[in-house]
Amino acid sequence: MDSTIARHIFEKMYAIRVFEEKVETLFAKGELPGFVHLYIGQEACAVGVCANLETKDYITSTHRGHGHCIAKGCNLDRMMAELFAKKTGYNHGKGGSMHLASTEIGILGANGITAGGLPIAVGAGLTSNMLKLGSVAVAFVGDGATNQGTFHESVNLAAAFKLPVIFAVENNQFGVGTRFTEVSNGIDIVKRAAGYGIPGVIIDGMDVVAVYEAAKEAIGYAKAGNGPTIIEMKTWRYRMHFQGEPATYRSKDEETEWLKKDPLKIAKTKLKMMGLLDDLIIKEIEASVQNELEDAVEFARNSPDPMPEDALTDLFA
Amino acid sequence: MRKISYSQAIAEAQMQEMQRDEKVILMGLVQKDPYGSAFGQTKGVSSIVGTERILDMPISEQGYVGAALGAAITGMRPVVELQFQDFITIAMDQIVQQAANMRYMFGGQIKVPLVLRAPTGGYLSAAAQHSHMLESWFAHIPGLMVVLPSNAYDAKGLLIAAIREDNFILYFEHKKLYDKKMDVPEEPYTIPVGKAAVKLEGKDITVVAWSFMVTKVLDACLILEKQGISCEVIDLRTVSPIDEETILSSVAKTSRILIVQEGYRHSSIATDISALIAEKGFDYLKASIALITAKDVPVPFAPVMENFVLPQTQDIVEMVKRILNKA
Repeated sequence: MDSTIARHIFEKMYAIRVFEEKVETLFAKGELPGFVHLYIGQEACAVGVCANLETKDYITSTHRGHGHCIAKGCNLDRMMAELFAKKTGYNHGKGGSMHLASTEIGILGANGITAGGLPIAVGAGLTSNMLKLGSVAVAFVGDGATNQGTFHESVNLAAAFKLPVIFAVENNQFGVGTRFTEVSNGIDIVKRAAGYGIPGVIIDGMDVVAVYEAAKEAIGYAKAGNGPTIIEMKTWRYRMHFQGEPATYRSKDEETEWLKKDPLKIAKTKLKMMGLLDDLIIKEIEASVQNELEDAVEFARNSPDPMPEDALTDLFA
Repeated sequence: MRKISYSQAIAEAQMQEMQRDEKVILMGLVQKDPYGSAFGQTKGVSSIVGTERILDMPISEQGYVGAALGAAITGMRPVVELQFQDFITIAMDQIVQQAANMRYMFGGQIKVPLVLRAPTGGYLSAAAQHSHMLESWFAHIPGLMVVLPSNAYDAKGLLIAAIREDNFILYFEHKKLYDKKMDVPEEPYTIPVGKAAVKLEGKDITVVAWSFMVTKVLDACLILEKQGISCEVIDLRTVSPIDEETILSSVAKTSRILIVQEGYRHSSIATDISALIAEKGFDYLKASIALITAKDVPVPFAPVMENFVLPQTQDIVEMVKRILNKA
């Protein structure tokens, strides 16, 4: 890692954090329709992985997808406009939070169906091999998705055909309100990798440097034609499953423990210790992201609504 | 002209499209030679175009249909096959929630040049899990087009058109038709998706059918012709979108309509066409709209029961005569 990457990593992590905090406020005020699932607490996962990706690489995301989209390169203004259901949003107001997509930068969609994006990422990996694009496809999923049939089917397909796919599992330990270990007879998802004959690594998902290094290796391995890797990142979401969900299933003690591992704080400390960031740069980045975010909210608020009849376009090519 | 079978026509269409466009790939169970798919629909293709773009899949319908979708939106033009249409239930999320929604949900950012082929239908004592006609389910969903060729000539032309489409097309082949031979041109040609064909011109009644029911209807009309009844037969070929114009202009001429559908009646293409006629063709009618469909039970194994449950030529003959008060 060098200072350019460190800057990039901190900028994206900070952007996710403040974007999500802004969304939280706007949603509570009733400015945003629909549902939102916030990514706060898991920033190191999306950013650590995506800092290794190029524009030609693909990702598929989840219902909790804002972080992945920012990490892969979405602009905050068009993202915010989509959450405001405006015509200027990435999906022109047809998708919203759970379907954010920007295919020109390789984002094949957030996804409202748990594990729905996994086979799609496998297909993107197939295209990469068929057309010799040298791209990798990262399927971001949570621990919940790993108990869906498509998780097994997708990992098996990618392994069988040695496709350049990374299964980036963010184990935030809860599927909605149920602890993963209560509905799965095992603690580490990564152990399943052995059954598919592929590498699996388990890392601290609150530590962006660890995520970055693990993803770098897995992506290099995939791009060299060796096939997929499962990366399990142990993490914790700082908000509930969706905004408005009652906080009934996690203890205060548990929360306190995980708040101590705030991925943003860890990133700052580590990257500074590594001599790749200093307080001045951090302040500079924070100020510039804050400006961008304020502009994004203004842009979204002032953007036009779609016309009702726009609902009838975009079905077929 | 040489005669080839329905399954050979399907194989030839895929082979010619693969030769024309190297982005076309085949995915499904046992696609490569010597197997060449369960009913020979890919027989000979890998021997001619090579095996690189023909991928034999594990029995993993949700996974590989979704992978075909992922490949389609990133630059390939996959033709993905389910061994039986019945197994489509396993892949429903990728078809209905992902593929059908995707272009729209993304605000038109992508195209979905994907064809899903699957053998459909009964009359083979294949029992309840291998005899389904599920086209009506998919016609219900915006973002899907549904094609069911009734003969080898249409099978080739519709499949080539489907592969060249930038949209997701479900292409359902009837198992009873695979070995039926007819004249099929060797050179590639297309038949437009969404256009019905008038198979027989007549004046007394319009009979609408698709897939294998076209054969049954034409057989019945031959019998009826000898009894002085003149049927106009429309082969829908595509059930979503429906060619409303061809149906309505025929009913305007004959004033009577019978819809013959192999699948179940409720919430189906047949009831949809009835609604179309009631809404836009009511003034043409001299008799009630009539339907022949499967009876509402799972398709049974025993031939005597299966034949009782599924529409038969004689049912069509009798129904037409009843509508014309000639029973």
